[in-house]
Parts: sequence; C-alpha cells; structure tokens
Amino acid sequence: MSHDMVDAHHRDMNVMDHGDMESMKHRATRSASQSDIADTIQGAPAPDDARDPDAYAEGLEPGHMPGMDMADNTTRAKALLNRVEAFRSNSGRGQAVNAQAWIGGDIDKAWLKMEGEREDGKLGPTRSELLWDHAVSSYWSVQTGIRHDSGDGPGRSWVAFGIQGLAPYWFDVEATAYLGENGRTAARFESSYDLRITQRLVLQPDIELNLYGEGDRDRGTGSGLSDIDIGLRLRYEITRKFAPYIGVVWSRKFSGTADYAREAGAAVEETRIVGGLHIWF
Amino acid sequence: MRPFSPSRRRFVTGALAAGALGSLNLWPASASANGKPRDPAVLSGTEFDLTIDEAPINVTGRQAVATSVNGTVPAPLLRWREGDTVTLRVTNRLPVASSIHWHGILLPAGMDGVPGLSFKGIQPGETFHYRFDVKQSGTYWYHSHSGFQEQTGLYGPIVIEPRGGERFPAERDYVVMLSDWSDEAPETVMANLKKMSDIYNFNEPTAVDFARDAAKMGMQRALAKRKMWNQMRMSPTDLSDVTGHHYTYLINGAPPDGNWTCLFKKGEKVRLRLINGSSQSIFDFRIPGLKMTVVSADGQDIEPVTVDEFRIAAAETYDVIVQPADDRAYTLFAQSIDRMGYARGTLAPREGMQAEVPAIDAPQWLSMIDMMGSMAMGGDMAGMNHSGGHSMSGHAMPSMHGADDMKAAPKSRHAKTEYGPGVDMRVDTPRTNIDDPGIGLRNNGRRVLTYADLHTIGGPIDTRDAGREIELHLTGNMERYMWSFDGQKFSDAKPLHFRHGERLRIVLVNDTMMPHPIHLHGMWSEMESPDQIFQVRKHTIMVQPAQRISYLVTADAPGSWAYHCHLLYHMEAGMFRTVVVS
Repeated sequence: MSHDMVDAHHRDMNVMDHGDMESMKHRATRSASQSDIADTIQGAPAPDDARDPDAYAEGLEPGHMPGMDMADNTTRAKALLNRVEAFRSNSGRGQAVNAQAWIGGDIDKAWLKMEGEREDGKLGPTRSELLWDHAVSSYWSVQTGIRHDSGDGPGRSWVAFGIQGLAPYWFDVEATAYLGENGRTAARFESSYDLRITQRLVLQPDIELNLYGEGDRDRGTGSGLSDIDIGLRLRYEITRKFAPYIGVVWSRKFSGTADYAREAGAAVEETRIVGGLHIWF
Repeated sequence: MRPFSPSRRRFVTGALAAGALGSLNLWPASASANGKPRDPAVLSGTEFDLTIDEAPINVTGRQAVATSVNGTVPAPLLRWREGDTVTLRVTNRLPVASSIHWHGILLPAGMDGVPGLSFKGIQPGETFHYRFDVKQSGTYWYHSHSGFQEQTGLYGPIVIEPRGGERFPAERDYVVMLSDWSDEAPETVMANLKKMSDIYNFNEPTAVDFARDAAKMGMQRALAKRKMWNQMRMSPTDLSDVTGHHYTYLINGAPPDGNWTCLFKKGEKVRLRLINGSSQSIFDFRIPGLKMTVVSADGQDIEPVTVDEFRIAAAETYDVIVQPADDRAYTLFAQSIDRMGYARGTLAPREGMQAEVPAIDAPQWLSMIDMMGSMAMGGDMAGMNHSGGHSMSGHAMPSMHGADDMKAAPKSRHAKTEYGPGVDMRVDTPRTNIDDPGIGLRNNGRRVLTYADLHTIGGPIDTRDAGREIELHLTGNMERYMWSFDGQKFSDAKPLHFRHGERLRIVLVNDTMMPHPIHLHGMWSEMESPDQIFQVRKHTIMVQPAQRISYLVTADAPGSWAYHCHLLYHMEAGMFRTVVVS
C-alpha cells in the first residue's frame, strides 16, 4: 500500500474533505438545490414522449406454459399490534390497543384499523375501520371504506375516505375524512416518526387529532377540533417484530368535547404513563 | 466496526463442532471428524444421475432442512469436457416441483430448466432427462429455478475442461463456491421484506451517528449530509436487502468456523474457481498477503489482470491464479457488500492451519454518484457548495476523467410505466464509466478489479454492429419491496421479442441504488465500453446504482428464455422478463 494513499480504515469514510471538493472539476451549470435534485429523482411526472415498454414485445402476448411460479403477485397478510399498552393517569388506570392489519397484494389491500381502550374497567370509545387500500404513488395509498365507533355511547357508522403513507423526512401519516348518518362529518389526522437512537432503541413521537362537523352529545364529542393526543414512546426492539416500550401521552379535549367532559366530571386534560408491546407479524 | 457479541459470533461464523457438520455431507469439507480431508463429491463423464431431495443441515447450530442434490449442499461438482454430449437424469424427490438450470451454458431452450419457459418443471417423483452438447469450457454452475430452492441449497459447480487444455495451467485447481444460508425459510424472508423492507438492515443511520457527525463536522454539515436522503425517504445504508445479520455465509458449504481449506506446495500455481452461488449476496473477495491474477470471467478466458480484490455478484464467476511464495496459511476472505458478515476459508500447505482473518471493513454510506449518476460527477457540482451546505458520503470519485466522460452523458429514456407506485426513483443522467469499483471499495488502498479491466481473449463472437437497440430500466420501490423492469413487474409485462439471428444492443439503466446482477439465459451478453468498443463476454452483468451499461447480443438461440436480476428476492418480486427469440 503506497504511503501517499490514505489508510482507508483510519479515515472517516463518510466525510468528503474540503480539499477533495476543490479538486473535483465543476461544470458551470445551473446551481441545483438539493430539493430540485430530489424532485428530479422522485417527483417529476411522466414526460409526453416517455418510452413505451410494450414496444419490444412486437406483438407478442404473455403465454404461460404451466409451471411458472413467480411470486410477484402473491397475496400476503400483515398484522401490526402497534400498541398493546397499560396506562396510568391521575384519573385512573386502564389498557389501550391500537392495531392495524392488511391482506392483499402490492397495489390493493383490504385494511383493518382498530383502536380502543378501557379505563377503570369501563370500555371507552372504540374505533374500527375496514378500508380498501389502493397504492397510487411511490409512498401513498388512497383508502376508502367504513368506520364504526362503539363503546362509551351509542354506535356511530361512517363512510371513510383518506390517505395513508410516508411523507418526506420519514413521517408516517394517516389523514381520513368521514361522512356519517344524518349528515355527520368528521376527520382524523395521525402522524408518527421513528427516531432511531441505536439499531434497537427507537423513540417515537406521535400526534393524533380528531375533528367533528357537529356536536354529538351522546358520544360526548363537540364540533370543531375535538381532541389531540401527543405521545412519546421509547421502544426497544428485541427483534424488529417484537418491542416492549414505555412512554408518556398527553391528551386534551377542546371546545364542545371539553364542555361535555366537564359536565360529566371528567378531566379535560390528561397525562398518562404508558407501557406496552409493539408487535407485528 | 463493532465487535460481535458471542451469540452473534457463533451465528456468523457457524457451528464449530464437527458433530454439527457431520449431519449433512457438506462437501468438500476438508476436515472430517478425524481430521482427514474428505473427498469432494465430484461427478465426471457424460452420464449423470442427480437426485433432488430434502436433507437435514446444521450450519449455525440450529437444525434445518436443505434442498440437496445427491445428499449434499452444495450439489456435486460436475466435470464435463468441451465437445462431449452430456445426459443428466434429474430425479425429483421433493414434495413440490423442482428444476435445474445450467447457468451460462449454451443449449436448446427445452434444456434450460426454467419452469414455465423451458418445460413444465420436474414434478415430484418424476425424472427429467437433460441432454445437450457441451460447446464451451470454463467454470459455471447450476441451480434450481423453482421457488426459493436456490436459497435452501440447490446449487452446485460445473467445470468444463477445454478441448485443447487450459490456456493458463496450474498445478492445483479448486472450486471456491460462495453462498448464503438462511435458517429462516426463504418464503418467510420474502414476507418479512414485504412487510418491513429494511428489517435486516442493522446499519441504519442513528441519532448516535448523527451526534458523532455533528461533533466531527458541525451540526450544519451533519444535517446537510442526511437532508436529501430523508427528503427522499431512502436509506443511505441500503446495501443489501438480506444482510450478514441474517445470513451465514458459506465457502463450499462450510461456515467461517468450518474453515474450508485447500492445499498447496510452495511455488505451485493454484487456480481458484470463484463462484458466487448465493441467492441474494454480493461479496468482496481477497486473500490478504496474496495477489490474484484474474484469468477468466463467467467461464470465458480474459487477458490476465492482477488485483488485490474483486467484487463478485450473485451468479458471476471468476477464475484466479495465485502463486503463494511462503510456506504459510492464507485466508480466503469474502465479506458481504453490507459489511455485516463474511465467508472464510484457508489456502495452506497443510491441514489444520489458519491465518489471521481480517476485520470486516467499515460500511460506507451510498454516495451522490450512486444516487444521481453523472450529475454528481461533474454535471451539477455547482449546486454542492463548500460552505457546509453539503458533504459527500464516501470517496465518490473513482477516476476523474472529467469533462471528457461527461461530454455525451446520455439521458435516460424512462418508460411511461416508471411513474407509478412500483418505482421510487428515476435517474435522468446515469453514469456510464465502468471503472468504478463500487460502493465500499473506492479508494480503500487496494487494487480492486473493475469491468474496465476485463478483456475477453479473442474478441466478440459476432463482429456485426447492433441492428437495433433495446433500452430497459432496472426499477423498484424499496419501501413497498417491489422490483421490476421499466416499472412493470413480470406478471404485468409483455415478453421481449428478439428476431432470430439479429445482433442487437441492450442498454440497461439502473434507476435504483442497489447493484443488480442481470442474467440473460441462452445467449452471451457481450458488454461494451462506454465508447461502444467490445469489452468482455459475460452471462451475468452487475449494473451499479445510477449506472448505464450496454451489451450486444446475438439472438442465435430460438425459444423462450428467462431474463432477470439474479438476486432471488428481486426476481421473485417481479424483476424478470421472458425473452422470445423467433
């Protein structure tokens, strides 16, 4: 190994020295910002003269002899027990579950979402959704289906329409609008972020908002912004599929929802300590 | 590099006890229970009987089931002679259909062994008679083309003796077959990748890494380094889908602790026939202390070139000749591209020796060149200012030919199907130079082989220019774990038609940030330089991230042929096409 070549093992391979940058030949082209570059690589729409991939078939159609067993159209299923947790707050203690499951292929899936909790033995509001998830772009799907709310008041059913996906900077996002019986409307927004501290330790902040068009006295929800949950959970991935966690969740009710809560003698703002399991398979 | 924990070490290096190795006749494990070398399973002649069956295997200390041929993993070494007609009777004793494909061998389409294209597959209990003339010589291999059987052990070497004897003779001749073993069933591995595509990446960028970078280069540059990756939702450490964290890597069926050994006498020339028979792995191979003279690539003799190290992707083969000068042991070291594991053997004067095993190199982040191609090499450097706005990951400048190479950087022509949910990036100006050793091998202080160093002796088999050109893009969506050509997975795509007898050019543009070894069955791929001068004849060509390469094909073999990425999980996810020559 010649001495004027740097020993690669001792040099930080991840930093380009200022000197090296100088020695690179520059072209006097437009100064492209990083966002421009990212847009070119990911965002640009198809140009009008984009190549026709079927042109090389020259009229041939796929004709499969029996025996071809490629796995590119397989139906698969995933169950994600995002949170199976116990919580404790000033007002009491309980358990909460937040789960999703899907079955389907690369583009279309049947998608189930479920969230519910039980506090001091009493079943709280539970939300279940059954959706058709359809991939529309690299990182986003459109979801349409139905939602049903139960527990803590009379049941409510809704038609759901929304999107789910991965936003730039790795934010997981769900945004759904709902149309219920008697012209009720609602919307839900949820986003979370996985901050990988080490290969196994992940800190996950998340936020969930619920909005309603009209007040619903029987279910204790007011119109407008109803409630916000902000959570911070720290999980340790024993395996990538199985991770216990601890965390804290701050929730607050607003406007009509807050009024109903006060009437019922319940807290408008609550901080919970949570601990649970994050499992998928 | 973090040291392995004791439990990880055993997983990586394999079950140590001879008893553990004894449950399956791993060949040619050089040491059996009593320390004497075991004869390799070698079959020669013109008639062969091969039986495919399940067999118990124990690589990491955990009992598992392998897909074996005549009871062994790897399958027996087949010795053929150029000019002979060989008959291979393959009996399938598995409960499911199977097949054997003779990789890189020119033969009639019905003998190529791809179910659904060549034949219906070999049903359980059935015996299929392969019969064809051997029209070539060199190092090749064979493997199942059914399901994931290639991953569970159905792979073996082929050595074809040339009619006139070896052009580069050597006193010793050994097959060194690299492979990857997964205790977890490959169907589960595939399902895992579909549900969480980075499940096996244990080198993710972490907050701890960020803190270190911030301390070293300042907060602003540390942020700038990550900004584009985060914006694009892509990982700079996505080098392998299934990494050394999951696999145990084998040399001729032996894990690192099995220490497969081959012998030499001082002064002898030793020929090592390196075969990457893995399903999903790319290895960087070297023998510390020993230079290697590469004499053959994909079975075809090349002008000898002496190097310290080379990258060998799944399905590629390289023959090297070494001449150890000292009476000592040398380590055969193959680290995976993700730097999370290695395969290891020994070249020694006597049994029972071993040499120091080098540390695995530190993994590097993908660079701008891997993401953007020529735009990063001189096209748009003005946008990358010095004042802390942006720092390059890794030494990304393999050779600064500068403006000359950039002059005609051809623009990609993306297919209109590349803009859907199955594709996560597109490279508009790919790089065309073939002298880049690749991510993780740049400027490492060793002489590393590149495709620019390979020159097939005798020139191309067909001197005609290309009559027409086909452009295909290698595409995928890592997040959804979808892989394709031109954004179309196999089930959604039409066949490619080659006109019988034509000479055509295939242009491949890699619109992903992973290298893909692309293999066309039945016909040679005659790779050319960026200046369209014949370079090297291969059956499997590794296309680097954001790279554009081209090769000429003479469509002289009528029938339906498979054309696909040889990373098994990419192929199964859809990176496959049928080529019809008619």
